[in-house]
Amino acid sequence: MTALDVTDLHVSTVDDTPVLRGVSYSIEPGEILALVGESGSGKTTAGLAALGHFRTGLKAVSGSVLASSCGGAPSDVLALPEKQRRALRGRVISYIPQDPALSLNHSLRIGKQIAEVLEVHGYPGSVEDRVRETLTEVGLPSDTEYQRRYPHQLSGGQQQRVGIAMAFAWKPSVVVLDEPTTGLDVTTQALILETVAKLAAEQDTAALYITHDLAVVAQIAHRVAVMYSGEIVESGAARQVLHEPQHSYTRALMAAVPGIEGPVGRSEAEEPDEDVVLRAERIEVSYADTKVLRGVDLAVRRGESVLLLGESGSGKTTLSRSLCGLIEKCTGTVTLDGNPLSASARKRSCEQLRDVQYVFQSPFSSLNPRRTIAESVEVPLRQLTDLDKDQRRKRVAEVLEQVRLDPEYADRLPGGLSGGQRQRAAIARALVTTPKVLVCDEVTSALDVSVQATILELLGELRTELGMSILFVTHNIALARHVADRIAVLREGLIVEQGTVDRVLDAPEHEYTRELLANTPKL
Amino acid sequence: MIRMILRRLLISVLVLLVVSILVFVATLLLPGDPARAILGTQATPERIAALQEHMHLNVPVWQRYFDWLSGVLTGDLGFSTSTQGSVNTLLADRIGASLVLLIASAVISTPIGLVVGTWSAIRAGRTSDHVVSGFSLVIAALPEFVIGVALVVLFSTSVFKLLPSVTLSPPGTPVWERPTQLVLPVLTLVLVVTPYIVRMMRATMIEVLASGSVEMARLKGIPERIVLFRHALPQASGPVAQVIALQLAWLAGGVVVVEFLFRYPGIGAALIDAVNNRDVQVVQAITLLIAGVYVVVNLLADVVGIVTNPRLRTEVAK
Amino acid sequence: MSGGLLRRALGLRQAKIGLTLTGIVVLLAVAGALFGNMITGYQPDDFSGKPFHANGMAGTDGVGRDVLTRFLDGGLDLLGYGLAATAIGVLLGAALGMLAGYTGGWLDGLIMRGSDVLLSIPQLVFALLAIAMIGPKGWLLILVIGITHAPRVARVARQTTVGVIGQDYIKAAQLYGMPRRRILLREVLPNITGPLMVELGLRLTYSIGYVASLSFLGLGIQPPAADWGLMINENRIALVVQPWGVVLPVLAIAVLTVGTNLITDSLAAAAARRTTEES
Repeated sequence: MTALDVTDLHVSTVDDTPVLRGVSYSIEPGEILALVGESGSGKTTAGLAALGHFRTGLKAVSGSVLASSCGGAPSDVLALPEKQRRALRGRVISYIPQDPALSLNHSLRIGKQIAEVLEVHGYPGSVEDRVRETLTEVGLPSDTEYQRRYPHQLSGGQQQRVGIAMAFAWKPSVVVLDEPTTGLDVTTQALILETVAKLAAEQDTAALYITHDLAVVAQIAHRVAVMYSGEIVESGAARQVLHEPQHSYTRALMAAVPGIEGPVGRSEAEEPDEDVVLRAERIEVSYADTKVLRGVDLAVRRGESVLLLGESGSGKTTLSRSLCGLIEKCTGTVTLDGNPLSASARKRSCEQLRDVQYVFQSPFSSLNPRRTIAESVEVPLRQLTDLDKDQRRKRVAEVLEQVRLDPEYADRLPGGLSGGQRQRAAIARALVTTPKVLVCDEVTSALDVSVQATILELLGELRTELGMSILFVTHNIALARHVADRIAVLREGLIVEQGTVDRVLDAPEHEYTRELLANTPKL
Repeated sequence: MIRMILRRLLISVLVLLVVSILVFVATLLLPGDPARAILGTQATPERIAALQEHMHLNVPVWQRYFDWLSGVLTGDLGFSTSTQGSVNTLLADRIGASLVLLIASAVISTPIGLVVGTWSAIRAGRTSDHVVSGFSLVIAALPEFVIGVALVVLFSTSVFKLLPSVTLSPPGTPVWERPTQLVLPVLTLVLVVTPYIVRMMRATMIEVLASGSVEMARLKGIPERIVLFRHALPQASGPVAQVIALQLAWLAGGVVVVEFLFRYPGIGAALIDAVNNRDVQVVQAITLLIAGVYVVVNLLADVVGIVTNPRLRTEVAK
Repeated sequence: MSGGLLRRALGLRQAKIGLTLTGIVVLLAVAGALFGNMITGYQPDDFSGKPFHANGMAGTDGVGRDVLTRFLDGGLDLLGYGLAATAIGVLLGAALGMLAGYTGGWLDGLIMRGSDVLLSIPQLVFALLAIAMIGPKGWLLILVIGITHAPRVARVARQTTVGVIGQDYIKAAQLYGMPRRRILLREVLPNITGPLMVELGLRLTYSIGYVASLSFLGLGIQPPAADWGLMINENRIALVVQPWGVVLPVLAIAVLTVGTNLITDSLAAAAARRTTEES
């Protein structure tokens, strides 16, 4: 019998803009259905609708959501009166949120938060025993002392396990997971995915797994449904959808996913001292008592692209910012073409500032919302060159063309551009002074996968056109073959391994690199 | 946690110390000879000399400050030139009268503000919410004497003649012996303060009700009443304690106009008299007193904020 | 810059009501001061009849001057003082707050602890302290109300500045060697105009309230000048016989402050909406 059956669901905003346009899917007990889509596709709305919940500003128009508890007759969640719908939530259908840090109650002990969901629906057995049991099931300590902790006393991964424990406490027939591993590092992600798969199988729970990450889908899902602007454009068995996509959107999406295999890297001899442009030696940075960087050596050669790989907390952003003079308290030496650079951008010469440029992670934060794109791109020219107004305007137009940004966007504010367009503008700003080295800090992590592909492609083309060097900072090892010649792996403030892309990916020397590779989901 | 509270306490003491310096330095702004400025040009040289002696004007400034401060700290607030008596006796009865006003207004306005604000937030966007918001916006705009005069016109002189428009108690008798004379002053203060509490509570609750943890609680199937009391309200307690404290502290200043308007025998009216008479040490004492109330109330709010926040209350586990 | 914000705010019905109310009172105050005697035939200081008598449209005051004439003449000073105090408070507060937020460190500590001290004395009490020492002078009212606004504005300016300088576009500007003053004026300021405009409106409402309150207490604008706050104080003993001397100025002050507060609230709503749309 089907555990969850959603039929022809239409949802719109309160002013009648359609959000979901006839979404249908069903899940069998024990099955994991992945609902895949990019931002704005409506996947979270479709997931929350399974619980009969619509966020402020949204309303259900038509359709049905049939949920059946084990052995019971199916009931339409949308048609039920509020009280009975509430009785289903947390017991028959449960929800695991994207960000446990925001979703757990910070003034309530975690044991109480799990017990609560059992208590309000009248758990027949001993609540105390069941809380202990679920904590063990998700791999957390179950003692009273641990239960008395507050959410802020747990790590991100542990918080998410508490979320999973709450969802599985009642052994529900359906569980909706909304991007539950976004923001976690790959090792934690692997553990979480394993736990979810195990619990769903053991309890015969139907799981709706909402995600944008196709590699995760390949690892966990039995079936896949692909959403695009409020509709499911393709669905079927995971293997079939991922390997023989039928719909053009799915095909484009699959093509955009960077695979760790990818094209074979440009193998070059590993001779570190050959024509180095930017060299960092013994870089150290500490905040209060913690050493973020503990003596990092890194060299970037002319025309080369180096991938700096690190998980959150590894110090990769601190390192990339130190190179650009944004971290004044860093010690060690940074040299450009053999000339030492000051640790503070303020003390660097205009020429030095022109030669090392930086692209920020989020294009939503790196462009001043009150300046037009052309004005933002012009800033470096105004500050760092002697060009007059006409020359500057000419150069801005030139570089906007280089990043393939339509000239009609030049006079718009960033608010009028998409994320990908904004990132192109941010890249244009960094390129406008024709730098020798471009530092790109996680420049694609705020973007959808299809946009990511176009930005990566652009960076590759620009490197060939302009002959500059790129330091590409990322947490995603799968990007390596698509953007880099060499890899440097940063862990807890130290470079643990360096080498050509092929060598590091095919024959990793350090234990940590091997672990990362093993935990990275593959298609 | 104890360390944070102690730190906060230390800051409060320092702030009060600087306030005392400020209040003292203000007297140096008196034009020319302070004694002459106080007594006027008609005063005889003997009286001026006597006052100079009394105000210790012939000793160095810093010593005058320490003499004054040690007096204040030991409970001697100084000498009132207009009543020719000690500031202590002048204020003794009046502090009680002002506290009655203050406490009555706080006790009435705080619960009303919290309940109406929460109710309005729950019904956000509906007509009843618009009405509450509109009303509080309009009333919040009005200076306290405008509200007071409007109430007098409405309830005591022109429309209904129900309540006394001024305080009738003879000096020396407690004001609460005639409760009707308290109604209009208290009502004025309540009307001035409540809209702020309502607006702040509403804004905070709307934010909290839209938060991820409240959504999660609802998705767990928790009844709305428990969602409100267990998941939403505790999150609002910190910021709301701040606002209430700010409003109560503000009341300490707001009583000045209201007491003047209703000829109410409290410290606010005494302050106005003292300003008119250039009764310097009375002005200093009352200013310091009001600043003290402000600092203490804010300190209490911060302590409430620290104690109710588990993140500050417990150590971060590794 | 803030043009978009104003246009947005004025699209709200509430703002239109607020603007109308404010406009009526401002027009009344300005036109009244210019043409008042042509309408009523009296100068503000002329005696028109017996004290508290029903002579003229709104009667006479306690010394027999025409209430309507004095009412028409009595708003301009209040408006001028209010505007001047607001300007001082917002300019000073915004500058200090931005500096504290952007610089951080000891300067931030100094500015913010300094405002803590000023904040612990209620604004009206602070004004009374100053007036007790120096006397009820016009410039002192403006200065002391302006100065006591400053720490309140500074808090808001600092908080929003800290929010803005966490954004990457500020780091980008630093990366291009932009001098600090330019960063504050060109990168930070345009992004905090919303909250500052809201503060401007709020402080204007309060300034008008404080100037009127001080005059009402007899410690603001001094007799024999015609002033709304002062009129209320002078005429309230005869509230039962001649209410117009109290009711007219009370209404005018109420309509004015309600109007400015409605505009302020619309600005706040518009600024909040702009922020969500831009993210």
